Amino acid sequence: MNNLLIPNPKEAESIHIIREVAAQFERPVLLFSGGKDSITLVRLAQKAFYPAKIPFPLLHVDTGHNFPETIEFRDKLVAELGLELIVRNVQDSIDQGKVREERGRYSSRNSLQTTTLLDAIEEFKFDACIGGARRDEEKARAKERVFSVRDDFGQWDEKNQRPELFDMLNGKIHVGQNVRCFPISNWTELDVWEYIKTENIEIPSIYFAHEREVFFRDGMIWTANEHVFREPHEEVMVKMVRFRTVGDMTCTAAVLSEAVSLDDVVGEIRESTISERGARIDDKRSEAAMETRKKVGYF
Amino acid sequence: MDIQGRKLIKIATAGSVDDGKSTLIGRLLYDTKSLTTDKIEAIERSSKQRGYDYLDFSLATDGLVAEREQGITIDVAHIYFNTEKTNFIVADTPGHVEYTRNMVTGASTSQVAIILIDARKGVIEQTYRHFFIANLLRISHVVVAINKMDLVNYDEETFLKIKSDFDVLVEKSDFSEDQITFIPVSALKGENIASKSEEMPWYVGNTLLDHLEVLEPEDLQESSVARFPIQYVIRPKTEAFHDFRGFSGKLYGGSLKVGDEVTLLPSLNTSKIKSIHFFDQEIDEAAPGSSIAVTLETEVDLSRGDMLVKSSHVPQSEKQISATICQVNSKALRVGAKYILQHGVNRVLAKVDQIEAKIHTDFSGTEETDQLKLNDIGKVRFRLSKPIHFDSYKDNKSNGSFILIEEGDFDTVSVGFID
Repeated sequence: MNNLLIPNPKEAESIHIIREVAAQFERPVLLFSGGKDSITLVRLAQKAFYPAKIPFPLLHVDTGHNFPETIEFRDKLVAELGLELIVRNVQDSIDQGKVREERGRYSSRNSLQTTTLLDAIEEFKFDACIGGARRDEEKARAKERVFSVRDDFGQWDEKNQRPELFDMLNGKIHVGQNVRCFPISNWTELDVWEYIKTENIEIPSIYFAHEREVFFRDGMIWTANEHVFREPHEEVMVKMVRFRTVGDMTCTAAVLSEAVSLDDVVGEIRESTISERGARIDDKRSEAAMETRKKVGYF
Repeated sequence: MDIQGRKLIKIATAGSVDDGKSTLIGRLLYDTKSLTTDKIEAIERSSKQRGYDYLDFSLATDGLVAEREQGITIDVAHIYFNTEKTNFIVADTPGHVEYTRNMVTGASTSQVAIILIDARKGVIEQTYRHFFIANLLRISHVVVAINKMDLVNYDEETFLKIKSDFDVLVEKSDFSEDQITFIPVSALKGENIASKSEEMPWYVGNTLLDHLEVLEPEDLQESSVARFPIQYVIRPKTEAFHDFRGFSGKLYGGSLKVGDEVTLLPSLNTSKIKSIHFFDQEIDEAAPGSSIAVTLETEVDLSRGDMLVKSSHVPQSEKQISATICQVNSKALRVGAKYILQHGVNRVLAKVDQIEAKIHTDFSGTEETDQLKLNDIGKVRFRLSKPIHFDSYKDNKSNGSFILIEEGDFDTVSVGFID
């Protein structure tokens, strides 16, 4: 018998990156949102260190407006894999007067997460934050490095990035700086879905079609819920929907869908003509929305 | 091959500011239906705002606000698209003054280079420079896309003239003729991009997309000998895996299998591969490119930065090396300067002994210099604090390249290709 391993090049690259993070930094952390990209990261990290445990904790910045299904899923995953989970709450940052709750029609806690994240980085002295951002998500992300150095204020200087040559990653930094690390930079949304399917990875139920109370605004489907601002004339109805990204309720739009299995979802993504971030309300604000948020430390 | 059975091809693009490179990529995305409805709408909106009477596909790839304002790309952007059979990653690199740094960066992770030429201008100095970099990095395959054929009436003579001018360059390089393919295209009109041009019946070759699809990753991968740099030592210290010591890393150049006689560097100790692990599977053999963990028959001292190789093919170990350097930072490289040299995942200290020459990237020879500035390429000799275990870049890319990190801001300032 000779079983030969032919690598999936994107998976092998991601595992290589995750091992570099563990080797080059003293206090790495994996930013975990409960979304499919961070769940994929957890699987890749398992593969990188097996049979040892993942040698860094997960950090969840909880806006308080997460879908309950996501939180349930998070706690189950952490328990099953015996991982260390740190949770920091946007509500605490609000209570401490560090940020102010947005008001009105498009109010969201999404951008408030940045302050809570930066505080957590300082509190735990994290020097590397592993995130599930992909370059295909948005134009400004296309130029993001795999290792992206941030200053004490979490700021990203897109004109002064370290070039990344071959597989060599340079994570050398000074005290106070930290590095954002993106192991699945080169994956597309379809890659992630097909990987979840092939690996049979469990994901939160809201990624599959379910009945939900929603309302329509600006051509998008919003969750009807006490956390989401709604005008009196915006009518609530029950629809079969699913989510393509899982973020804060206030900035994640649903899509009409009948996809109840991973096969259905992968099929739907393949046929899809709306890009993933098209369902992110926060990016619709302006063409350069993402880049502006990144410069101030948004993940 | 990825999990879906699709192959992965990595492409770097090079062209000068007005060659229409962004338009070409936008066109590839559009014709492969990789642009989603909302992106097409955004392009339509932006094109209209600017008063264009055509769809400006370059808007699909120009990423940052500063670039959109200037209308030029300033960095390496990664773009993804796929067909039924193939996944593509494009490293889009700009063609203006900082092109050397950016193109070297983009090309370092690519197997194929597309060099764009404006049919009205023909082979210009920039073309020389782009081809020089493709040659320096030993890119496996070059596509010369002669663009804007619509502006020269789809004239065959123009195409042939450019091809013969380019062939002069090919002769000066290390490329063989079958590594280079010429295709006449119009990115703006979509001629010979995804569909065959009716305007150019004289061209009998493949369209650009068809050509990229027939390339096979195996043919583009270098076949060399196995190099396994140790990234991280896995010690679970659990009951089930009490004595497990897995040496993890990414395998380059050739395959490794259970039972292989191996030599460990720098100790020169020898051992045998006991097992190879990929997650919870034990495998007999791993192909190059695999991220694996191996265990050895004997207790050995092996840690991050060390290297495991087959005893039949041991690399060179030297404290003095000579390399071609490309300067990728505005801080110049000077004689006497000290750097951290990162070779794969291993770091040593390096001192610049001598700058032998600056190399002209237009194939016109060399000149003497006492420093290498941003975007310069030169021959440099280094002295190292400890030996590194390397191959010549021409024999093994991953084990023949390194970066230099300066000790102030820890910026990556140079990339080196070992002689």
